[in-house]
Amino acid sequence: MRDFSYLRADSVEAARNAAALPGAMLLAGGTTLIDLAKCGVAEPSTVIDISHIEGLDAIDVTADRAVIGALARMSHVADHTSVKSCFPAVSEALWQAASAQLRNMATVGGNLMQRTRCPYFRDPQNFPACNKRAHGSGCSAIGGATRGHAVLGVSEACIATYPGDLAVALVAFDAEVDLGGRKLKVEDFFLAPGATAEQEHDIRPGEVITAVEIPGSAAARRSTYIKVRDRQSYEFAAASAAVGLELEGDGRTVRDIRVALGGVATKPWRARAVEEALKGKAIDEATIRKASELAMEGAVDHGANHYKIALAPRVIARAILKLGETA
Amino acid sequence: MTVHDMKHAASDSARLEAVGGRLSRVDGPAKITGAAKYAFEQQLDGLTHAVLVGATIAAGKVTAIDARAAETAPGVLAVLTPDNIMELKGASDWLGNPPSQPTYAPLVREVTFSGQHVAAVVAETFEQAVAAAALVKVWYDETPAIVDLSDGKAGDGIPIDAMTKEWGDAEAAFAEAPVRICAAYNTPREFQAAMEPHGLIARWEGDELTIWEPSQWLDGMARTYAEWFSVPFENVRLVSPYVGGGFGSKAVALAHSAVAAAAARMLDRPVKLVLTRPQNFTSYGGRAATRQTVAIGADRDGKIQSIVHRGVNETAVDGTWVEPLGSVTSIMYATPNFSSKQNVVRVNTVVPGAKRAPGENPSAFGIESAIDELAYELGIDPLEMRLINYAEQDPHAKKAWSTRQLREAFAAGAEAFGWAKRSNAPRSMRDGHQLIGWGVAAGTYPVRRAHGEAVVKLLSDGSVEVESSSIDMGQGTYTILAQTAAETLGVPVERVSVKLGDSHFARAGVTGGSRLAGVMTGAVHKAAGQALDELIGLALSEPRSPFQKLQANTLQVRDGRIASPRGEGPDLSIADFMVAIGRDQIEAKGDTLPASTTPEERYKNYTTIAMSIPHTEGDYSRHSWCAHFVEVRIDEDFGTVRVARVVSALDSGRLYNPKLAESQWKGGIIMGIGQALLEEGVVDRRHGRIVNGNFADYMLPTNADIPDIQTISVGIPDPHSSALGGKGVGELAIVGIAPAIANAVFHATGKRVRDLPITLEKLI
Ligand SMILES: Cc1cc2nc3c(=O)[nH]c(=O)nc-3n(C[C@H](O)[C@H](O)[C@H](O)COP(=O)(O)OP(=O)(O)OC[C@H]3O[C@@H](n4cnc5c(N)ncnc54)[C@H](O)[C@@H]3O)c2cc1C
Ligand code: SF4
Repeated sequence: MRDFSYLRADSVEAARNAAALPGAMLLAGGTTLIDLAKCGVAEPSTVIDISHIEGLDAIDVTADRAVIGALARMSHVADHTSVKSCFPAVSEALWQAASAQLRNMATVGGNLMQRTRCPYFRDPQNFPACNKRAHGSGCSAIGGATRGHAVLGVSEACIATYPGDLAVALVAFDAEVDLGGRKLKVEDFFLAPGATAEQEHDIRPGEVITAVEIPGSAAARRSTYIKVRDRQSYEFAAASAAVGLELEGDGRTVRDIRVALGGVATKPWRARAVEEALKGKAIDEATIRKASELAMEGAVDHGANHYKIALAPRVIARAILKLGETA
Repeated sequence: MTVHDMKHAASDSARLEAVGGRLSRVDGPAKITGAAKYAFEQQLDGLTHAVLVGATIAAGKVTAIDARAAETAPGVLAVLTPDNIMELKGASDWLGNPPSQPTYAPLVREVTFSGQHVAAVVAETFEQAVAAAALVKVWYDETPAIVDLSDGKAGDGIPIDAMTKEWGDAEAAFAEAPVRICAAYNTPREFQAAMEPHGLIARWEGDELTIWEPSQWLDGMARTYAEWFSVPFENVRLVSPYVGGGFGSKAVALAHSAVAAAAARMLDRPVKLVLTRPQNFTSYGGRAATRQTVAIGADRDGKIQSIVHRGVNETAVDGTWVEPLGSVTSIMYATPNFSSKQNVVRVNTVVPGAKRAPGENPSAFGIESAIDELAYELGIDPLEMRLINYAEQDPHAKKAWSTRQLREAFAAGAEAFGWAKRSNAPRSMRDGHQLIGWGVAAGTYPVRRAHGEAVVKLLSDGSVEVESSSIDMGQGTYTILAQTAAETLGVPVERVSVKLGDSHFARAGVTGGSRLAGVMTGAVHKAAGQALDELIGLALSEPRSPFQKLQANTLQVRDGRIASPRGEGPDLSIADFMVAIGRDQIEAKGDTLPASTTPEERYKNYTTIAMSIPHTEGDYSRHSWCAHFVEVRIDEDFGTVRVARVVSALDSGRLYNPKLAESQWKGGIIMGIGQALLEEGVVDRRHGRIVNGNFADYMLPTNADIPDIQTISVGIPDPHSSALGGKGVGELAIVGIAPAIANAVFHATGKRVRDLPITLEKLI
């Protein structure tokens, strides 16, 4: 049997100390960890249960920032009145993620750390080659079933899609992740595969996510998250977009715009080219659609995922149009 | 999700318990409270756990298995491999044909599909077995696999002559027809995806084997076990009190069943083996992938002159499954010329199997899409097109329909849906970013008939027991058999308890092909009638009977009380009467077989499907019918299809319980929505392996995907189809949903999608 030891951490300090042990993994809501342990991807020697640490689930929202504790449940954050009013895209990204049961269990910290849904990654028994699991072992997905794989930020080592929703909204609004000792931009916290697909996050042994902080802004207040998928609910995004928009007094000129993409890239993907193309411009549907295309610069497909290159700009455009209409 | 329930007359609810009443499922409370114990939930002393090791290649040989590490792992009792598993005898197939091989090896050396069982670990605990199974090392000599129908090596396949249906000169008539359409329609590999996985607990006591296993066919599976282990049929007891969904997959004993039962025998310990969710995608067959071409030639006024149909379904390297693709094609529309032929193509997959309406389901996707294409070719309303070509008799069997309320279904469905308001041109209806489409398609399923047996016991407290080895997998057997016994005997339904799911009860054939309700209500009606006759006979003639001095010709039983028809003389509850005459019980075993049936024939009747009665036997052709009307809304930028409305009018003959029938129809419609838009086994074409074999990646509809569904019953009692006038319910409604949706998608977008599922990339 694959035995492991179980430790319950009562404080962040205790969690950090334990997390420094080799083979240690944190357990929050367990919805990713237990899944990955069952398919043989996660084989922790020590499981550190952080779900009992007090105070780590606080949600604190003021006009200029939101601080969301790592243990806050997805469902609580999604339903939080101030999150809804100051950061609608964050709430929308959360309630469109996973299922109601999962959202009730899953935490914000665990959500940032969820792994790709690449089916080859999740089946070590049948597909030993996976650079993300074992550096240099190869990539089973390239040349295989790639309908869900990424078109942006891919490398020859790995084309796995970052599957989550929340982080897409966080990246759009320059959120930071608090690792206790240091803080970094969520955008920098996630790493594109390059030659080191196994390194997905900038997190070091012994570090624990304690909170995410989102700066408030007019764009965050007028924001939305659109998620497109075949199934109406309980499916990862084929493509998604978190967009925030601030217009000048004329109601058509863009003062500030934030665009990030999900479901199409190897990490939550900020589409700065789209933002730059629209900033200071008066927008109409044609301008928006044209600018949205810029998000796909450098996209590389692997056949079955080609549709994402056409789809993603349409999702961005729809989100901007929707926000423009509510002016 | 909002689901409209049909309005029902007050008289219906007043007689809930009668056949035709809307009684709720009698097993509902047990299921909701968790009191219902499913097969794997039996607690047995000394239970051990088996876990299977599956092949990681799709074709080739197992060259070596190193089980040493697994054998010495904690708790491990045995590692079974092809080398050490006990020898099993070959078993006859479900038609009763003798086995092609004298022996049967459920663990293989020759691998013909990815995931095939090559070894099994048995341990004291489940966790120990899982851990040790991961330690079993298998070496292979891999050979190239044929992964699917489009594999270059697959070829055209093997013609199945029995599927050929021809009349007139179809090819010539097609060539001469003034209007022609010809197109290819494909359906992917789909899975039954029952919530309750497959698996079993097997226990031997000497030469007696007890199996707890979810089953759609206790007697058939018990026969297979008996043959594998060379023990008498009576020595095998199969128990399956509740079944968490089967959809056709749980009717036969499978390789994993043999492994568990062999392990139990070898270790002389009870063994539990439950397939993991991924194993449920590779250990037995789902619906075979299919390819069809349908060519229709017609007059300018829309009358069909010829239909030429060619079909192919995938099957396995080591087994043949025929998905009858011409089944709907050959009967839905009147045509003077017709030709349908079918091949099967061997690919490296587990043998495909039955999934709800095998044959009719993909067949309808072909013909019901094609007729829509013809309607657009001619500029005729698709509903009108169907009426122009209405088949007044079975075009293939050339016999009268027993009943065919399809015209009524079209009319009732169109009326409730508001079809008259439809504008025929594609892309002519929209709402903001949404393109709206309305589609129609018809469906049908044959009335499969067989014989059944039931025991009805009247007990001394006036209660009634019904016993049958048939099963309830959610379709409502417990409930309708209680209603049948209650009505026949004249007792309140709450006094009837129904016992199912034990092969030692009165025998029953397969619960498949939507036949069970018709067969078993007939058998229970007969047995209960015999019990009633005996009760009345005793009341009239038994010396201690209070009715004896009445000198009446007959008596009647109502609400559990016996009295003379005109009310004179005593009025006694059955319980009081039984006490008065000193009887413990009255028991009657009734069956619907002719009295001359031999014991061998009886055995064959329940343990094979060889004695099913053809639906075209005698003067009539018997089928259920339906018409589906669907509204889809498609995001024009994203290509996402949402079904906004479904109205289906269905002819299942007389409904024994409309509430349960509607729920079955809705279940079929929901499954059809999944088939149309979501479901597809994704095969890695390099490895011949299903890569989405789990419920996160194999897409089934969620509540959010299911709109208002309105069902309308247009059936009338069909005396030629069953004792009480019902026709099939369970499979009918899934037939025709996918083409109705595809037709609606065309109406919305102008794009004809002929490959299921209709995922978003096909529309952007
Ligand atoms: C079927 C299914 C569908 C899903 N669909 C979606 C979807 O549509 N969109 C979406 O966004 N997500 C989806 N998810 C993912 C889900 O949101 C995540 O599983 C969940 O957010 C993880 O949170 P958790 O608290 O359960 O994490 P856990 O499983 O407890 O932990 C996950 C990982 O994070 C680490 N970890 C946990 N907390 C911390 C911390 N504070 N600091 C550092 N590391 C930590 C753990 O060690 C582990 O490696 C889906 C999941 C499933 C199973
Ligand atoms: S895409 Fe990445 S995660 Fe998937 S198999 Fe290749 S390396 Fe592994």
